[in-house]
Amino acid sequence: MINVKNLTKRYVNINAVDNITFNVEENETVGLLGPNGAGKTTTMRILTCFMPATAGTATVAGFDVFTDSLNVRQQIGYLPENVPLYLDMRVNEYLMFRAKLKNIPRRERRKKIDYCLDLTGIRDVQNQITGTLSKGYKQRVGLADTLIHDPKILILDEPTIGLDPNQIMQIRQVIRGLGEKHTVLLSTHILPEVEMICDRIMIIDKGKIVAMDTPANLMKQLKSSSNVILEIKGDGGKIKSSLSGIDSVRSVTWKEKEDANEFYVEGSGEDDIREDIFNCIVKDNYILREMKRQPITLEEVFHQITTKETEEVSDNA
Amino acid sequence: MRNVSTIYQREIKSYFYSPIAYVVISVFLIASGFFFAGNLQFWQEASLKGSLDSIQFFLLLLTPVITMKLFADETKSGTIETLMTSPVTDFDVVFGKFLAALSLYVVMILPTWIFVIFLTIFGNPDFGPIFSSYIGLVLMGSLFVSVGLLISSFTRNQVVAAVIGIVSLIILWVIGFLSSYGDGWFYETLRYAGTFDHWESFTKGIVDTRDVIYYLSFTALLLFITVRNVESRKWR
Repeated sequence: MINVKNLTKRYVNINAVDNITFNVEENETVGLLGPNGAGKTTTMRILTCFMPATAGTATVAGFDVFTDSLNVRQQIGYLPENVPLYLDMRVNEYLMFRAKLKNIPRRERRKKIDYCLDLTGIRDVQNQITGTLSKGYKQRVGLADTLIHDPKILILDEPTIGLDPNQIMQIRQVIRGLGEKHTVLLSTHILPEVEMICDRIMIIDKGKIVAMDTPANLMKQLKSSSNVILEIKGDGGKIKSSLSGIDSVRSVTWKEKEDANEFYVEGSGEDDIREDIFNCIVKDNYILREMKRQPITLEEVFHQITTKETEEVSDNA
Repeated sequence: MRNVSTIYQREIKSYFYSPIAYVVISVFLIASGFFFAGNLQFWQEASLKGSLDSIQFFLLLLTPVITMKLFADETKSGTIETLMTSPVTDFDVVFGKFLAALSLYVVMILPTWIFVIFLTIFGNPDFGPIFSSYIGLVLMGSLFVSVGLLISSFTRNQVVAAVIGIVSLIILWVIGFLSSYGDGWFYETLRYAGTFDHWESFTKGIVDTRDVIYYLSFTALLLFITVRNVESRKWR
């Protein structure tokens, strides 16, 4: 549905988007992840025909974003960051205006608006002026607007930013529901979010794609850093020195906890170090109360990938 | 064309949701009414002589206030992004906004017909120059509105848009006067470019196609530049 090839957007002195290539399949939900200023919004603005690329091509639903822009815009629903609305209009009136702009036939407008009001849960505020709505409701009005012409492709720029936890859950559910029948490209920097709703993740940093895979695969790739958390009873200092003695252990840190000590052990290689630790503890006769592998979160994946890039760059410099 | 009307309707509503329309229209009517009375007393004549010049001057000051928000507000609030990613052309947007502002301008000058009614009650005015003057006012309005629209598309600050708009219109008005300082093609061009000369013939009851063409072509040129400027976000 979305094909991007060697896309570059150059501003005066930096490449906001630097030669990226990716595809999004039909009915796939792809999360665009990256630190601030990585080029997420720029990429989305190019795909929605708000600004053109400096080089490269992009097609959305088979239409070129530069030469066939009106057709592309008819096919997409775009929710920009910060959800701009006309603050002097009522919700109903705003959606009616947007429905007209998006060429929905007169007879269907009311029906589509009602459908979107229910889907995003804003029926109660349909007669309020958008300027008086809270952030969460504005966000939903924006979402209702992106859905109103039943677009094949949804491009959502940080759809859950600034919402309270309940609202985030609701919006996520809506998006996940939409993902079944729509192609969704969304950007965020909340990692559990992409983990939950996306089929694939694309991490971009400084305008380049640094990783693209399913959430599960991305985490598998980084399982290598095998860190273990232990809870052991006994003299902390002694235990630390015997744990440090294990070959496969790189570092040990510990802190006292009520009646036991908590250790954080970092392995040096890719292998599982839990057996070595177990043997060591049995040998020295300590009381082990808990041993668990530290689960790798997307935060770490993200951090590792984006900081690795920085190191490489500074090495080159 | 349907998109033009959608944009037009929204802009018109938005004028009347905000206090701008009411304030501008009130200020204009109070000021022009005051000057109508003054001129009438001074000239003792059943015509709009003198009053029209003051009306024109107030329009010059107030039209940029009508147009200041058209693009500046959209850029500032970010709604330009949702607007321009909808399936509408840049021309639809520019033209819809232009028509909306011009309509408000017409609404603003319509009540001045009450002056004409007064004149007919108490005197016997010559309707020729009055009709031609109003044709001239509307044509001049389309030029003023397109100047304001263009300037609004350059900035995200409404106050800046209004101030630069007023200054531009004053310049456009006075360059015609400069032509009396000399002869030759340069002064001739100034005379043609200034609005004053073209306006004057309308007040005398002359609807000259040259003047009509001046206003229409100037308006078209400015709208064209506005469309280009709105598009320019694409190659900046």
